Amino acid sequence: MTRIIVLIIGIALIGFIAWWFFGKHEAQTESAAVTDDQQNVDVLVKGGYSPEQVVLKQGVPAQLHFKRTDPSSCLDHVVFPDFGINQALPENETETIQIDTSKAGEYEWACGMNMFHGKVIVK
Amino acid sequence: MKITTRFWISLILSLPMLIEMVLMPFIHWMLPGGQVTMFVLTTIVMLISARPFLSSAWASFQKHHSNMDTLIAVGTGTAYVYSIYAMFAGKGVFFESAAFVITFVLLGQVLEEKMRDRSSSAISKLMDLQAKDAMVKRDGRFVQVPLAEIVSGDLIEVKPGQKIAVDGEIVSGTSTIDEAMVTGESMPVTKRVGDDVIGSTMNMSGTFVFKAKKVGDDTMLAQIVALVKKAQSSHAPIQQLTDRVSDIFVPAVLIIAILTFLIWYVFIGHDVANSLIFAVSVVVIACPCALGLATPTALMVGTGRGAKMGILIKDGEVLERVNDVDTVVFDKTGTITVGQPKVTDIVGDEQQVLMLAARIEAGSEHPLALAILNEAKRQQIAVAEVKNFEALSGKGVQALVDGQQAFVGNERLLHDYEITDDLKQKMTQLQDEAKTVVLVGLQQKIIGLIAIQDTPKDTSAAAMAALKERGLRTVMLTGDNEHVARAIAKEVGIDEVIANVLPAEKADRIKMLQAEHTVAFVGDGINDAPALTTADVGIAMGAGTDIAIDAGGIVLVKNDLRDVDMALALSKKTFNRIKLNLFWAFVYNVLGIPVAAGVFYSFGFILSPEIAGVAMALSSLSVVLSSVLLGRTKLSYND
Repeated sequence: MTRIIVLIIGIALIGFIAWWFFGKHEAQTESAAVTDDQQNVDVLVKGGYSPEQVVLKQGVPAQLHFKRTDPSSCLDHVVFPDFGINQALPENETETIQIDTSKAGEYEWACGMNMFHGKVIVK
Repeated sequence: MKITTRFWISLILSLPMLIEMVLMPFIHWMLPGGQVTMFVLTTIVMLISARPFLSSAWASFQKHHSNMDTLIAVGTGTAYVYSIYAMFAGKGVFFESAAFVITFVLLGQVLEEKMRDRSSSAISKLMDLQAKDAMVKRDGRFVQVPLAEIVSGDLIEVKPGQKIAVDGEIVSGTSTIDEAMVTGESMPVTKRVGDDVIGSTMNMSGTFVFKAKKVGDDTMLAQIVALVKKAQSSHAPIQQLTDRVSDIFVPAVLIIAILTFLIWYVFIGHDVANSLIFAVSVVVIACPCALGLATPTALMVGTGRGAKMGILIKDGEVLERVNDVDTVVFDKTGTITVGQPKVTDIVGDEQQVLMLAARIEAGSEHPLALAILNEAKRQQIAVAEVKNFEALSGKGVQALVDGQQAFVGNERLLHDYEITDDLKQKMTQLQDEAKTVVLVGLQQKIIGLIAIQDTPKDTSAAAMAALKERGLRTVMLTGDNEHVARAIAKEVGIDEVIANVLPAEKADRIKMLQAEHTVAFVGDGINDAPALTTADVGIAMGAGTDIAIDAGGIVLVKNDLRDVDMALALSKKTFNRIKLNLFWAFVYNVLGIPVAAGVFYSFGFILSPEIAGVAMALSSLSVVLSSVLLGRTKLSYND
């Protein structure tokens, strides 16, 4: 009897994992606030990036401010392959990254191990 | 708290349990306090050393993400929580598993961090090359000025043993300069007035003054650094596979772990504790961090190593394409040859022919024109101005000289103008000697010939031999005529010659070759830019020009052809290392999972969670170590 209950719980758990990780979930998106011809977005690095998508206006200089509060060494670098940026993120410090907004397009960023991803959309 | 501190805490607290585990079978020594002591020790490890894993896993979970921390948290958490239950229920506990796994994972991370720092040190070493200050002329005196305050146009004095601060041109004095740090060229070079000097190189013998031309981000060193940075953060296409894998890997492992538990507990009928151990092992061994490290670390070491030798590889994509290259195409002038041709013979009325040619070519920067002008200068022939100067596309140039129409150009002029049999014979004879023949004409008639020769570089033959040994076909692409091209090709040992190619046609010829081959093109930059971008791998020689840097996938800072072979060797080695890394990472993860799940249980072969923890740490370490070792593999010219 116990074994059957365990089996049911186990299967339910598998279902939950599949739904939670593989199901469609909205990515958190944020548009930059434009002030004095400068766009600024704060990105919190904790178990991933929030927001995960940043929308920037083309042609306006932009800065992303990354702050890592997550102790995981998984997230200790942020890499923008398109811009040749590989920036170390010391814990609890804000690191500013300049984004070249001269060309419209989608630019991915990732953690040093390429397991967490974020995206800048310039339009 | 730093990883190192967390590691030491968990190691010290785990040690008593480790000692007990080792000694138990021999002397039946038990930890004083038994399970309670274990509970206390492990609890401290979980609270201090493991908490960051737990909080990171939780933060990711809320965002529908998972990572290696998820696996560590779930694995150790399960072992810990079950053991508390088992302790009260009076069953067997395995606290030590949780503590050991944490210790091993942290050990892996500590070592990995050290290695990662080392593999990324190439760039900081490059930046360290910069001079901190320089003696700059201000108000008529040379004063010490910090690097950041130097502007273009400043006059800077450099004494022997000092570093040259920025890029510029010598205005007075001569010296020998060691440029090894930027170009990788081991021999010091002599520089005189009018020569360019490169910032961050070392002045050896004389004192000289130079005018700053490029400062800040425009200097060659800054450009090299930018290029290397970009290459190191780029992704090789092969890595996209691992991106996908990482995304679905962790949840999939969790599901497999649950299935493992269900199969052992429900279907085979093991007890809860043993079934759980299998599940926990699966979770622990599966951490995909080795997979994520495989490509970036190898790329970093490979491109960093190249930069030190004056070989700049733009990105991971280039590395991957180099692997398929079977044909290397070379531009002739300036690439295979020295690029500074000299007049060797003049046929016809020597004075008149040379004067005509020099007058028409005055102002041209074509290497052949420069040779003619140099010869005229040597013979002290006055070069007066001409009128109605006009370029004959791909053939030469013409102009009005003293009211008469005159022209200078190559063999293609023969379509339009007459030539005597005598001259024609001389022409063939000169061409057979690997000389480029310039035809000089007046009033529709060819009146003379100028033979110009450009000798191959000393290293060209060795470079070709090395490429051939690699099994590559070598092709020479040139605007010169067939005779000259063949003579040079024979001298350096090139397989195939495509001659009489107009500058604009180079890219088309590459395309034609690409129909059957994967082609690398080696050129010196400016006029070769289209061919460099068309080829599967563009190798630009001489990083002096920005165009070369932009057009080439690989940039050779030194002007040495043997670096082509070296660049190919380095690219292949790096790419093979990436593949090897990925292979090991996959083997650990993919083969490790079934073993951990107890598939080989009937053969008495099982993986306990702590061994799984060691294996996982080892896999990350072995990948990083293998990348670091790439920096030590043998690479040398074979003369």
